[in-house]
Amino acid sequence: MRYLPLTPDDRSAMLAAIGAKSIDDLFVDVPEAARRNGFVDLPRVAGELEVERALGAMAAKNVSAGSAPFFCGAGAYKHHVPATVDHVIQRSEFLTSYTPYQPEIAQGTLQYLYEFQTQVANLTGMPVANASLYDGSTAMAEGVLMATRVTRRNKAVISGGVHPHYVRATETVVHAVGVETQVLPAAVDAEADVIAQIGPDTACVVVQTPNVFGTATDVSKIAEAAHAAGALLIVVVTEAVSMGLLKSPGEMGADIFAGEGQSIGNALNYGGPYVGLFATRDKLVRQMPGRLCGETVDADGTRGFVLTLSTREQHIRRDKATSNICTNSGLCTLAFTIHMSLLGETGLRKMALLNHEKALATRDALAAIPGVEVLTPRFFNEFAVRLPKPAAEVVEALAQHRILAGVPYSRLAPAAGMDDVLLVAATEMTMDADIEILASALAKACA
Amino acid sequence: MHFSKDHEWVRLDGDVATVGITQYAADALGDVVFVETPDAGKVVTKGDGFAVVESVKAASDVYAPVSGEVIEGNAALASAPETVNADPEGEGWFAKIKVSDTSTEGLMDRAAYDAFLASL
Amino acid sequence: MSTMNTVGRPTTPNRVESKPATLTGGRGLLQNEHLIFEGDGWDKTGVDLPEPKTDGSDLGDLVRHDPIGLPGLSEPETMRHYVRLSQKNHAIDLAIYPLGSCTMKHNPRLNEKMARLPGFSDIHPLQPQSTVQGALELMDTLSHWLKTLTGMPAVALSPKAGAHGELCGLMAIRAAHEASGQHEQRRKVLVPTSAHGTNPATAAFVGYTVVEVAQTDDGRVDVADLASKLGDDVAAIMVTNPNTCGLFERDILEISRLTHEAGAYFYCDGANFNAIVGRVRPGDLGVDAMHINLHKTFSTPHGGGGPGAGPVVLSAALAPFAPAPWVVHDADGYRLIEREEDEAAQAFGRLCAFQGQMGMYTRALSYMMSHGSDGLCQVAEDAVLNANYLKARLSDVMSAAFPNGPCMHEALFDDEWLKGTDITTLDFAKAMIDEGFHPMTMYFPLVVHGAMLIEPTETESKQELDRFIHAMRALAEAAKAGDVDRFKGAPFHAPMKRLDETRAARTPVLRWTAPEGSNIAAE
Repeated sequence: MRYLPLTPDDRSAMLAAIGAKSIDDLFVDVPEAARRNGFVDLPRVAGELEVERALGAMAAKNVSAGSAPFFCGAGAYKHHVPATVDHVIQRSEFLTSYTPYQPEIAQGTLQYLYEFQTQVANLTGMPVANASLYDGSTAMAEGVLMATRVTRRNKAVISGGVHPHYVRATETVVHAVGVETQVLPAAVDAEADVIAQIGPDTACVVVQTPNVFGTATDVSKIAEAAHAAGALLIVVVTEAVSMGLLKSPGEMGADIFAGEGQSIGNALNYGGPYVGLFATRDKLVRQMPGRLCGETVDADGTRGFVLTLSTREQHIRRDKATSNICTNSGLCTLAFTIHMSLLGETGLRKMALLNHEKALATRDALAAIPGVEVLTPRFFNEFAVRLPKPAAEVVEALAQHRILAGVPYSRLAPAAGMDDVLLVAATEMTMDADIEILASALAKACA
Repeated sequence: MHFSKDHEWVRLDGDVATVGITQYAADALGDVVFVETPDAGKVVTKGDGFAVVESVKAASDVYAPVSGEVIEGNAALASAPETVNADPEGEGWFAKIKVSDTSTEGLMDRAAYDAFLASL
Repeated sequence: MSTMNTVGRPTTPNRVESKPATLTGGRGLLQNEHLIFEGDGWDKTGVDLPEPKTDGSDLGDLVRHDPIGLPGLSEPETMRHYVRLSQKNHAIDLAIYPLGSCTMKHNPRLNEKMARLPGFSDIHPLQPQSTVQGALELMDTLSHWLKTLTGMPAVALSPKAGAHGELCGLMAIRAAHEASGQHEQRRKVLVPTSAHGTNPATAAFVGYTVVEVAQTDDGRVDVADLASKLGDDVAAIMVTNPNTCGLFERDILEISRLTHEAGAYFYCDGANFNAIVGRVRPGDLGVDAMHINLHKTFSTPHGGGGPGAGPVVLSAALAPFAPAPWVVHDADGYRLIEREEDEAAQAFGRLCAFQGQMGMYTRALSYMMSHGSDGLCQVAEDAVLNANYLKARLSDVMSAAFPNGPCMHEALFDDEWLKGTDITTLDFAKAMIDEGFHPMTMYFPLVVHGAMLIEPTETESKQELDRFIHAMRALAEAAKAGDVDRFKGAPFHAPMKRLDETRAARTPVLRWTAPEGSNIAAE
């Protein structure tokens, strides 16, 4: 088998060196009843060609975003990633290395993590960021738990504009430790209702901007209200590129930032692997979950980097850890760093404006369709429309014509009573021809 | 001065106890990087965790060797945690506690503690 | 007269004794590479984009105007920057990476090619299901492999890492106890002292109290101690098998029987599945839930720290509580169950926004298909053989923690053999770096003093193992001969010397900051 270097002669020599007669001698501790001899239900070894054919056949059954007019967003966005990124992350030293626990031979990883932490901190306008979490949704859950630890309060007020899957992933985890969540009703301008719900028992207020309906909001007033009540503001962002155009969460008063970094450097990948972005204020840094890379010097006084503040983490603190996290997002984090290095601020701002431009053009085209109502007043690259028919039906009908028209809100929250709402996203990759095709097909479907 | 099996020390002055970790504990921890001391007013029960000490390789709970109410935590440790390594049984104190019971039952004196260390 | 070029031809070099330090800090192929923030790329960009037709003014005050603080580099500069950084990393592709409990096996590049097929990488998690039947088929096929290899009826694919999988398993267990009304009384989880830190951390995360179970002198769970601690206040036990000492838990059937008799569930940490894949099914051992690290047993790349993937196989008792979403295959094709109703009415919730780590499923399935069931069985055998070979060839110069009987896929040594040398496990590990090897796992498991846990994996050739053994034996000899400086000052030949971790923790500097007086953005 091509990945197994041992030859039969090697195996004999090694068994002899060990003093065992056969490999079975080494499995002597396995109870007789549990020993197996092969699996009938599984195929046997296959060469590269056979594997390529089998998996290629599966891949061919999917409609890729690049092969059709594509307008899906709702937490995952299709952006153009320069060829350099994917090439570099496949270098042996990045692909096949481990967590940098031996810093002397892992400065490559440690230095890019330090750059990543700085990029994320600056992008989000926050003082300090960690070396990434799994994704935006688990980052939000961790943020809520951190807020309860810091404030010693037990209740999270969650805006109705937060992505429903993010809310569900958060509830699943925080309810287990007795944290209460008050999830406000879904609404396109849900942020307007948040302040009224803040009370003396509120640990944190969670708002998303742009929210799941695309609405971009200045949350500074919410920050003030939260702080006045002794609560923390958690700002969630699912489209990282938006921070290239919009006021940063840090500037608006966020205490904790929890977001999704997939938009920078990472493909859609059917939902994963993605990159959780997490940042906070300086004084809260010891409560921050996940890995942290810090600067130091070596025995010669040369600057270097190490994982630090690890005693908060599971491998040391065990049952008193800030979280149970072991991995970060490694290669996805590196992809983010490289893409961001290529873009720079100049490129990011331009890319953001292009996103906004395409979304405005798409909005204008859809607004002109009789029966279609644009709901989102101000947005970055995604907005919600109300259709005269259930959105899921319309999306399915258009999919039959190879048009990926967006995400029906009912897919995220079937019980919200918003079955006629469609979430439409456009990015710098959206072509004018795509917009025309979408508008014309939508008009037909809604007639 | 009295000592607990968990390597904490107590110095009683009337009903005010100053507590910290012993030289042995400080040496075992290695370089201390962070100390979380309790706030004034916190009620502590003998045997419960009341502080946390972090070094590069470990994070340990510190258990109260006495019961009572915290008068003050050593604020100087926030900016100079290395004091715990330099002078653990003096300047590196963690908290001053107003004890509810001045008995030192269950605690060892210096000689007994030294003997205990030798047995480890 | 012909003009031959006779100047500047290299011939036999003269031997020069001195070795001057370089003038600039560069060393042959290695450069000292500054941070991207320390160049002058504040206005540069390496991406050519068309001019936008909007200036964002329709968004009024929402627009960000101040400098963000993100430097840009041209493509050649970016490439050079990150390639220079990469040269400072050790990697599996360079040498044996014997980290115990990490399973650092070769990462096949076919997996990378398959994961990048546009049909897999360029699909959105919320596209209509009719447009991603191939993706759902892949998830279903992977599920079939995982269930068959483990002998379990169900699998939750969505956990994003091993620790996340542990969370999934414990939450399913908690949901099962809640459904039978026993959760309030069953608040304890039993965890061996040798467990990986994620085990107690996860149990606490889910709201349980952790009770430790002792270990016997031969490195296994103390069954008598376990039995004495089991009761109707225990929700579950968390046992790693093979365990963190690299040993198979002989009494595993008794352990699971006692656990079930007490009304508790058996969570198995599957980090060490590489030792038994294809030869033993955890389902046959009485396991109720087990996470599988796809980045360990199934070769998805470690990537310098991630991404991982930790699907959890579940017993029939726990299957109803699996988190959304999951895939079903029926007459109409493949369906993704996302709503927590009908067949998913008892799901304990959702673990993440979308389906999980699809990119890692593709890689893992490519690996599984390549090996086949026979290949996977050979994987376990060669992994165990390699580890026992190392143990046999090193036990006379180092002290095996559990010398009696074979180990499984990893060999555990303690620091007894270093007594009197003034050299610690840490010092020894740093000296291994100078010899060209990544150190083994150090100081884990905690139950063994100065632990050195060595896991070669099955993708090491006998030649590489012998090379490693030769280096370890030479270092062991040097240690015992009193060559202390070699160890205390190591590493001497790595890109960096030992780093000051105390300083990094006492005064954390977690980001680059613009110097005072500069007009660059950032705090």
